[in-house]
Amino acid sequence: MNEVSSRQPVACAAKPPVYLQIGESKAEPVQSGVCVVDVPLPCGKPVSVEEITFQNHYTAYVTVRLLRRPSGQDGPTKWVTALRDLPLMDNPHTERGSQDYHCIHRTQMLVEADHVVSVRLILRQPSSAWLTFSLEEIKIFPHMEPEPQKEVSDWLSDLILVDQLPDVEGLPDPHTVSSSLQQMWALTEVMQTNQTTASIGRFDVDGCYDINLLSLT
Amino acid sequence: MDEGTELSMSIAHIVQRLKGSHLHSQIERQAKDCLHRPEIKLESLKEDVRSFLKTSGWEKKLQNAIYRELHIQLPPSHPTAPLEHLKEPLAYMRKAQASWEKRILKSLNSMSTELGVPLARKRPGAEQKELTNKWNEMGTDEPDLSRFRPVYAPKDFLEVLISLRNPNHDSCEDVSARSHWGLIQVPLNVRDIPQLRQAHAELNLSSGQLGIDDLAHVHPDLFENDYVQIGKKVVMEQDSAAAQQYSRRGCPTGLRADLWALILNSTNQLQDMMHYEQLRAGVIQHNLLVDNLIYKDVKLTASNDDYYFVFEDFLYQVLLCFSRDTAVLEHFKYNSATPPKSYLHGKVGDEEYAVVYPPNGVIPFHGFSMYVAPLCFLYNEPSKLYSVFREMYIRYFFRLHSISSSFSGIVSLCLQFERLLQTHLPQLFYHLRQIGAQPLRIAFKWMVRAFSGYLSTDQLLLLWDRILGYDSLEVVAVLAAAVFAFRAENLMEVTSLASAEAVLADLSTLKVIPLIQIFLFATAI
Repeated sequence: MNEVSSRQPVACAAKPPVYLQIGESKAEPVQSGVCVVDVPLPCGKPVSVEEITFQNHYTAYVTVRLLRRPSGQDGPTKWVTALRDLPLMDNPHTERGSQDYHCIHRTQMLVEADHVVSVRLILRQPSSAWLTFSLEEIKIFPHMEPEPQKEVSDWLSDLILVDQLPDVEGLPDPHTVSSSLQQMWALTEVMQTNQTTASIGRFDVDGCYDINLLSLT
Repeated sequence: MDEGTELSMSIAHIVQRLKGSHLHSQIERQAKDCLHRPEIKLESLKEDVRSFLKTSGWEKKLQNAIYRELHIQLPPSHPTAPLEHLKEPLAYMRKAQASWEKRILKSLNSMSTELGVPLARKRPGAEQKELTNKWNEMGTDEPDLSRFRPVYAPKDFLEVLISLRNPNHDSCEDVSARSHWGLIQVPLNVRDIPQLRQAHAELNLSSGQLGIDDLAHVHPDLFENDYVQIGKKVVMEQDSAAAQQYSRRGCPTGLRADLWALILNSTNQLQDMMHYEQLRAGVIQHNLLVDNLIYKDVKLTASNDDYYFVFEDFLYQVLLCFSRDTAVLEHFKYNSATPPKSYLHGKVGDEEYAVVYPPNGVIPFHGFSMYVAPLCFLYNEPSKLYSVFREMYIRYFFRLHSISSSFSGIVSLCLQFERLLQTHLPQLFYHLRQIGAQPLRIAFKWMVRAFSGYLSTDQLLLLWDRILGYDSLEVVAVLAAAVFAFRAENLMEVTSLASAEAVLADLSTLKVIPLIQIFLFATAI
């Protein structure tokens, strides 16, 4: 999981969410349960989207649309739907999934998330049980070329797991082979880091456990 | 995350947890020792060692250990989700739990200051010797406990749950189609009867059950004899998963102790006994204020109970050791609660001197000893009894006294109880509400203790069979609703909370499995 911590999200700021209203008159707008959040990516640099992560806040379904500019600088842009009505909550009226963390990977998307200029998230919350709904901490991670993994352990393991080729002249003695196998086993065990999760079990500090007050913070 | 990644992460996590455990070293030793055996050939070393471990039963032990890890594993989560989110995803519940805990800590601090009893101190040598001699008969001690009072009782906790509110929930006071008549006002997911029927399919009307089909008037050949034979086979196979599945239709009395120990993967080997001895030494060396609370609780509840007073000494031996067990701290990873902290030598803020109080992080409340009492009927060896109780606590009982959105958490159970009642017995619910006898006020004390102390012991053990079998406490909520359904006629006639409580005061004659079965499978929907 090292790749996750080393990558950086694209520096972008989601625009404030726009809640769609029903009703002609401005006097009594009715919440429609639909909200649109636009996340414009920094201009001049169409991005290949690897992942979109966010924390849910009472949104039931999310639709992802991408504005792509496939043919280079100043070419025409086109909106495509990458994901339609992904359910974030099992039941829009109840709590399950309402504050969970999610990520949408490019492999889940219906179209190729390349040359993306802007991302639009359409949030739906049909239940009238909630006062507001939104997505928080929206982060977009760009697609990065995988670095050649430097495997330090590869040459180390070559040293340990030596193939015991049997002697070509005559058959080897089975007892010596089995005893050397056992020695090799013991050697690999010693080389392995044996991280145990077992605790020692002591609750005092150097034999002292005199407590007067509990900490309230 | 896709399923493949989730699975590999789960496997890696379980391997990490089992590495370095006693089972790991035992299996390694077995694998090394078996190399001398004639059937182990060099060419097929790996397969031969593997099949030896299988036939000698070690693979089964490993399977049981993995199965146990799966029970207490955190659900798969997003890598950026913070730890507190894993304990409890809803922010307002975390806040409510934190402020409830603060209240308890303040109460404990003030009790300690008022009474002049330190929260913890080392026992002087003479006292340690005295306690060692008296270890098996602590019940004969009559310390002055009049000044101590329980830190909280279930009804205090109920008030906190009633006041839980989601700040984002539009809860208008007007009566509407989605009005909830009960006391719990948070919209958690709870299962309704069709979903419960699916989840508890083994309890249906056409399946034999212990608790129904083993009664005196039913010929044993119809169900009981065969069922007991299957049970014996399960115990011989030593398979946790099979035992859990078997337990769904009840455990025969003679096999229950072994079956529960299998389901919980609770062994009583040398290292478990040594661990228990270590805890006992911890009890003897240090005196905790919490010990007095435990004494008081046992004296007030279990000692007064006709069924459990004989086990008084066992209860002290288990509960005092339980408070010293730091292994219990592991369960706080998936418990919304946080263990109380303190600093030694007054070095507040210095993490080197930070300790948890009590060592297991669990402050007992009024009635806590009733979680242990029924187990005394099954196990008479203290270290085995302790091991089974501890596993049951970290899998199930902790959910009954912490605020969380979990399916088996007490908040969900209360809501499920109220929903079941409102949906299927609306007239009764409305009537009780009108006379000021909210059903949850009566049923809460049953559910918080998982009915321990309210049912007769054989019925209670049949209920706990199902808790273990289904790995969920939902049957407790179902039983509470079923009890109300059973006494509905009488309850419709009462006119006050006191008389409603009187109708439901004595549950000791109830047969629980028929009630649950009828409520789940014979209710019209």
